[in-house]
Amino acid sequence: MNQNARLPDWTGGTQKLVFQRCSSCHATWYFRRSFCPQCGVSPVVDAEASGKGRVHALTLVTRAPTEELRAFAPYLIVLVDADEGFRLMAHGEPALAIDERVRCTFTMLAGKLIPYFEKDQA
Amino acid sequence: MSWIAGVGMTPYGKLPGRNTLDLMSEAATLALHDAQLERKDIDGLICGYSTTFPHLMLSTSFVEHYGLRPSYAHSIQVGGATGFAMVMLAHYLVESGAARNVLVVAGENRLTGQSRDDAVKTLAQVGHPVYEVPLGATIPAYYALVASRYMHEHALGGPDLAELAVLMRRHASAHPGAQFREPISVQDVMASKSIAAPLKLLDCCPVSDGGAAFVVTRDATNAFRVRIIGVGQAHTHQHVSAAASLTQFGAKASVERARDTAGIELADVRYAAIYDSFTITLTILLEEIGLAPRGQAGAHARAGYFNRDGVLPLNTHGGLLSYGHCGCGGAMAHLVETHQQMTGRAGTRQVKDASLALLHGDGGVLSSHVSLVLEAK
Repeated sequence: MNQNARLPDWTGGTQKLVFQRCSSCHATWYFRRSFCPQCGVSPVVDAEASGKGRVHALTLVTRAPTEELRAFAPYLIVLVDADEGFRLMAHGEPALAIDERVRCTFTMLAGKLIPYFEKDQA
Repeated sequence: MSWIAGVGMTPYGKLPGRNTLDLMSEAATLALHDAQLERKDIDGLICGYSTTFPHLMLSTSFVEHYGLRPSYAHSIQVGGATGFAMVMLAHYLVESGAARNVLVVAGENRLTGQSRDDAVKTLAQVGHPVYEVPLGATIPAYYALVASRYMHEHALGGPDLAELAVLMRRHASAHPGAQFREPISVQDVMASKSIAAPLKLLDCCPVSDGGAAFVVTRDATNAFRVRIIGVGQAHTHQHVSAAASLTQFGAKASVERARDTAGIELADVRYAAIYDSFTITLTILLEEIGLAPRGQAGAHARAGYFNRDGVLPLNTHGGLLSYGHCGCGGAMAHLVETHQQMTGRAGTRQVKDASLALLHGDGGVLSSHVSLVLEAK
């Protein structure tokens, strides 16, 4: 059994949202590493997220950092609390509001795949 | 025990033709003169970093350039908290006996030494390179996320944050070295262009050129008697995505450590110097530290609580928001002003009582916290 198998995700161009879980203390988190930041246990388990969650914070960015991104501005950046218990940053449709239920889709931003949240109609 | 024997600071703003080492030298000379010390007296040197001069060995470069021969020198970096972290280290060096007279110096031509885009891009790198930066996030965007949550939880609006920008500008109008001195209103802040909603241009500190320096000593070297009596830090996360909360960071823990080492209560504090990279930064810090009730920093500012003649004078030089922000030197201006106030040298800005001061800086996105307690004897 290879517990270190890395599931491909959007950071490598695959339309998936992946998080990590500790097999010992059951903590969940987003930024990939080879051990649990809570209890130190390794290896940890990669898991695919459902993409469902709730908007925790948002900002409509008008002033983009680069010429390349200027063409996309304004764009909405959101922090989403995923149902699996981790938080992530992504883009979202401009009409989103804090505490709204959302689901993850994907879009291209300046040639790179990124997660994009839409209102969860379900 | 350690003393802040002298301070020095350039005006902040557009200072074309001067590079990092020039601005550091200028500030160092002012601080040495203030402390009545000479280059040969300096046996410790602490530097920070400069985005326009990203050298691996800034402190050694400055040793050579300025003509020092310290027995201890290096650089440290914790973003906006660097200035106070340097002071904390200088304090420990003096207390331990490792050094007797420590020069703490920073400077950067952040405004004229690079393009505006380069500055925005470089600073955005405090975000996560894989999970945040590719999303086109910027420093204002990271703080705007915090602001959106704060406003949501307390049912407040942009005008509440804007009060802090108005206050900082009012204070800066009395300081000849400030980058922006024209008074502004809440309406002006709200009418300024949006950068990352809910933050408007006037909710954000400017990018500046400037330099600042202090000398931290074992013995008093002149008539000034400003002592470092408390120090503390707290570090909880780097990236806003990984912060445990968007309304509780490490500020409270850091200040409590500093208060404990000083043996003082919050109510004893007579002057406050709090990091204000954005209006939301100052709001969150004031409230988390306990200098204003939750949700009421803006209302307190509006009521004059933080005025020069208010209950708790705050950043009387105008803070990062209006005095300016040149990187490591940004928060150091808060300490220079505090020292001026504690030694009765603040002129038209002089407050009645600055005998006990609390200083707090943060770096990253409210990630790295450093607090200092200073006492005037």
